[in-house]
Amino acid sequence: MTIQDIQNDIIDEFSMFEDWEERYQYMIDLGKTLPLIETEYKTDDNLIKGCQSKVWVHAEMKDNAVIFTADSDAIITKGIIAILIRSFSNQHPKDILDANTDFIDKIGLKEHLSPTRANGLVSMIKQLKMYAIAYQTQLS
Amino acid sequence: MFNVEHIRQDFPILNREVNGKPLVYLDNAATSQTPKQVIDVIVDYYSNYNANIHRGVHTLSQEATDAYEQARIKIQKHVNAKHTHEIIFTSGTTHGINLVANGFSSLLKKEDEVIVSALEHHSNIVPWQMLCERTGATLKVIPMNLEGELIMSEYDKLLSENTKLVFVNHISNALGTINPIEYIIEKAHAVGAAVLVDGAQSCPHIKPDVQDLDVDFYVTSAHKMCGPTGEGMLYGKETWLKKLPPYQGGGEMIAEVTFDKTTYADLPHKFEAGTPNICGGIAFGAAIDYMNAIGFDAIAKYEHELLDYATEKLLEIEGLKIYGTSKHKTSVISFNLEGIHPYDVGTILDKLGIAVRTGHHCAQPIMDFYKIPGTVRASFAFYNTKSEVDALVSGVKKAKMMLS
Repeated sequence: MTIQDIQNDIIDEFSMFEDWEERYQYMIDLGKTLPLIETEYKTDDNLIKGCQSKVWVHAEMKDNAVIFTADSDAIITKGIIAILIRSFSNQHPKDILDANTDFIDKIGLKEHLSPTRANGLVSMIKQLKMYAIAYQTQLS
Repeated sequence: MFNVEHIRQDFPILNREVNGKPLVYLDNAATSQTPKQVIDVIVDYYSNYNANIHRGVHTLSQEATDAYEQARIKIQKHVNAKHTHEIIFTSGTTHGINLVANGFSSLLKKEDEVIVSALEHHSNIVPWQMLCERTGATLKVIPMNLEGELIMSEYDKLLSENTKLVFVNHISNALGTINPIEYIIEKAHAVGAAVLVDGAQSCPHIKPDVQDLDVDFYVTSAHKMCGPTGEGMLYGKETWLKKLPPYQGGGEMIAEVTFDKTTYADLPHKFEAGTPNICGGIAFGAAIDYMNAIGFDAIAKYEHELLDYATEKLLEIEGLKIYGTSKHKTSVISFNLEGIHPYDVGTILDKLGIAVRTGHHCAQPIMDFYKIPGTVRASFAFYNTKSEVDALVSGVKKAKMMLS
């Protein structure tokens, strides 16, 4: 599936929720259930320090696709990470570089990607793109 | 007679909704809301007598100067300073601390020691660390106990004839602890050290008497006490303010300028370079008038009722832990739910229209002491109500249910 297809699926899923509570409960459940990163990668080198919550990101390439894993100490942040990973992981580096995060606005979670929120998510997205640039350079 | 419903009508912002819910504003330790009496003064200034002060011969400049200097007198009376020129207008508490720290750069020697407390806001730690880096002086820290109180027996041990300065906040922003500044000042003076008290969190609750305290420097911000942001004051004893060199150069702070030499203006202008926040100063005076009209005794009594009520109700929630349990504290409750990150709790509360602070509250050493990433902090002002406390409690219960 392309990144665009995945993001459209996510938008469809979120459109079924009637209010913020259902949306947040879904994210919280995602945050609770998904194993997002191997413990060995939960290191200081992979840590992005937000003022409010911490985020860890790890990347590796398999068959020309970048596999991202990540985690956070805050569960709502973790739920959003789960959505971002679903969208960006297992994709070709060039597609990751061309993609954007507008779908987050459409599912009513825009405030979490505000640079002033200091939860580490904005830096995390930058980091995903940096990994994509690095792997793209390897390929070309 | 203290009537909270009557008082709430003074604050237009308390009528708004957030995320479709009535605003419950419990982030007063970060900034307080502004009553219409202060807003009116700001509108009046820009509508009728906005002008640069101190050097104009025209009527508007004279009116603005009079109002600004009148505000200085209001602040002087409020904190009971001996002289009006001991009140320096600043952009806020941080500015006042940096002004004093910078001034001491030329007064400290390598063997000197300065003491700070474990309960400080970053703004009362970093300027002193920078001062120590510049001068080679040593920074020592008064430790705290689990209740969030400074340990005075440890403070006694830190004091010596090398101690030149002690900095401590009157009230901790992260925990609400009221520090024993009378004792701290007395002991510091006994070894010949000066004391700066950060009053950013105390001035909304307590009327300080700088002469009675015998404090050397006292700093605060207007925006914590119903005034505007970008405005504050530094009180300094005349002898100290004369001794300290100017902080910033510019207009207003000079007596005479040639390319060979500049002589500085007298106090307070020596420390007030450039065009100040004129409207901010005047509005600060109005905010002090407003709070005094209600009365600090009545405010303290009411806020204590809110604190006791909120503490009791919050502790009924299983797994909720309060950080900062001193008997001497103001209306601040810092807490966490077991196993739940404060950021998550704050996010859910915001969805319910409840504004609290989450994170380390610019006091990372305190969070490190408790080994936590941060807390949820609810801070109450005299315009909050018991029903708002109830809204907080039910919001926290809901957050717990969703996040557990």
